[in-house]
Amino acid sequence: MNETAFLVGQVFNGFSVASLFVLAALGLALSFGLMRVINMAHGEMLMLGGYLAYLTLQVVPGPLGIIVAMPVAFIGGAIIGGILEWSVIHRLSARPLDTLLATWGASLILQQAARNLFGAIGVEVTAPRWLNHTITIHSGPLAGLDLPDTRLFILLVAALVLGGIALLLNRTRLGLYVRAVNQDRATAAAMGVNARRIDLMVFSLGTGVAGLAGVILALLGPVTPTVGQSYIVPAFLVVILGGLGSLVGTTIASLMVGLFTAMIEIFVDVSVAQVLLLVFVILFIQIRPQGVITVRSRALEG
Amino acid sequence: MLPVFQKFHGLLWYPVQFEGNECSPNIMYSGAQPNQQALPALTWAESKGYKSYFLLGSDYVYPRTANLILKKHIVHDGMKLAGEEYVPLGGTDFSSIIAEIQQAKPDIIINTLNGDSNVSFFKQMAAAGMTPDKLPVMSFSIAEPEAKAMGPSLLAGSYTSWNYFQSLPGPDNADFVAAYKAKFGADSVVDDPMVHGYVDVMIWAAAVKKAGSFNPTKVRDAAVTLGFMPSPLGMVKFADNQSMVQTGYIGELQPDGQFKVISTSPSTIEPQPYDPLAFPGKTCKLH
Repeated sequence: MNETAFLVGQVFNGFSVASLFVLAALGLALSFGLMRVINMAHGEMLMLGGYLAYLTLQVVPGPLGIIVAMPVAFIGGAIIGGILEWSVIHRLSARPLDTLLATWGASLILQQAARNLFGAIGVEVTAPRWLNHTITIHSGPLAGLDLPDTRLFILLVAALVLGGIALLLNRTRLGLYVRAVNQDRATAAAMGVNARRIDLMVFSLGTGVAGLAGVILALLGPVTPTVGQSYIVPAFLVVILGGLGSLVGTTIASLMVGLFTAMIEIFVDVSVAQVLLLVFVILFIQIRPQGVITVRSRALEG
Repeated sequence: MLPVFQKFHGLLWYPVQFEGNECSPNIMYSGAQPNQQALPALTWAESKGYKSYFLLGSDYVYPRTANLILKKHIVHDGMKLAGEEYVPLGGTDFSSIIAEIQQAKPDIIINTLNGDSNVSFFKQMAAAGMTPDKLPVMSFSIAEPEAKAMGPSLLAGSYTSWNYFQSLPGPDNADFVAAYKAKFGADSVVDDPMVHGYVDVMIWAAAVKKAGSFNPTKVRDAAVTLGFMPSPLGMVKFADNQSMVQTGYIGELQPDGQFKVISTSPSTIEPQPYDPLAFPGKTCKLH
């Protein structure tokens, strides 16, 4: 493989990592953007998606299992998220620090539940055979470059999910309500928007997206009771870097983190790259505390 | 935890493979020393004609030390080190490391990743078209339960080095596996660290009987004089340095999730806490 091919390969890897981060963080950006709820159980929604993929593959084995698993995990994540919002989070809405503790507790309960139901060591979810190919470039300046189908598939899913949520928020009546509540909860409620119901729906949407993301992450990572913990830190990182609650910001931040990591890993090993990434994020937040995109919202003021 | 055992004069029976470079009267080291797992794996790989080695591990003391020892032997044996990489514990992204492996083109990867990182690594290798049948991987932390959880289809054809496999022949192991399955279910599996834990208890009991006391000092004095005992591992005993004398096996993972033993050390291997190439001049004398 020549230098150019290697460099282009790393750029592709950067986009691939970014697509994983976007999927892991989108749900968090949604619930945080609207409700200012720091959902510590978000990682467990990713984990739930992985286990729902495992269960779906037991019922629908074969090439299409993973396609079926995505809506199943979306619905499963949305239902569990809805229950969590209805039973815990909205009752603590005036007490953000208590929400933090309560969702952390929910995260521990969900981890232990998965351990009791499926065992501590994890379950098998493998990419279907039709994804186990690579597009290899044999000639020209990029000779030797490999583009794995699985990673292309994940990029596609991330783009579709982003596009879907953008359409939902910008082109539907529900989206209008969400934006109204996001900008000014009291006024929106005075205009007849049921803010309580919008909260529930947005939170469920966020955890549903996390469930779906869990299926995708299972293609390249483990499905264990604690798998959510591997993704929760990067997810918070890109949400904060992107500007709290901004989907565009979350996407740009994911790309920044993914590309920064991939480029820096050409020169240093993975451990050092992690350190440099955190230094980069800290410096960036020092210079631009509001993140990449500034969200104007009454909820963030005062 | 070593200082705690030393302070209170306790005795820890340690069942997991480790990096050596340690020698304490308060520990019975039954898990493999590097010369009982890592070095037999290297010897086997060299005998198969692999010349170029890529070392990949999680970033903590065991992989770092095991690879330090392996590197000394790779150089000493006239082989080539194609690369060496570490990921933070629990790391899930291997895209850059896989790109580096593709550039380095090693003959075999020696994998000391820990836990879930293995799943990410093998899934991302498979996605990149590098399955174990195309680029062999020798792992030190994957045994029967991990293979079962990760999916044998992902790992089939990859190699591991242990002192025990569930598939070992012999009546002692057959009885043990049958009893285990009777208690924990027909689809349960056993692995090297589990069996070491079991054998530790058995040898401790024998040592207590011989010493006629529960006193840790008396028990460890008795434990190193018991001589070879039959066990699911085969014939084992504790040497004077309080590490276990045991056989080394190389296994190849089969599609059913069990390992086929493809190489066995010519005899039981005397444990060596200090590798003579990596830590010259250091010895472990306890009894």
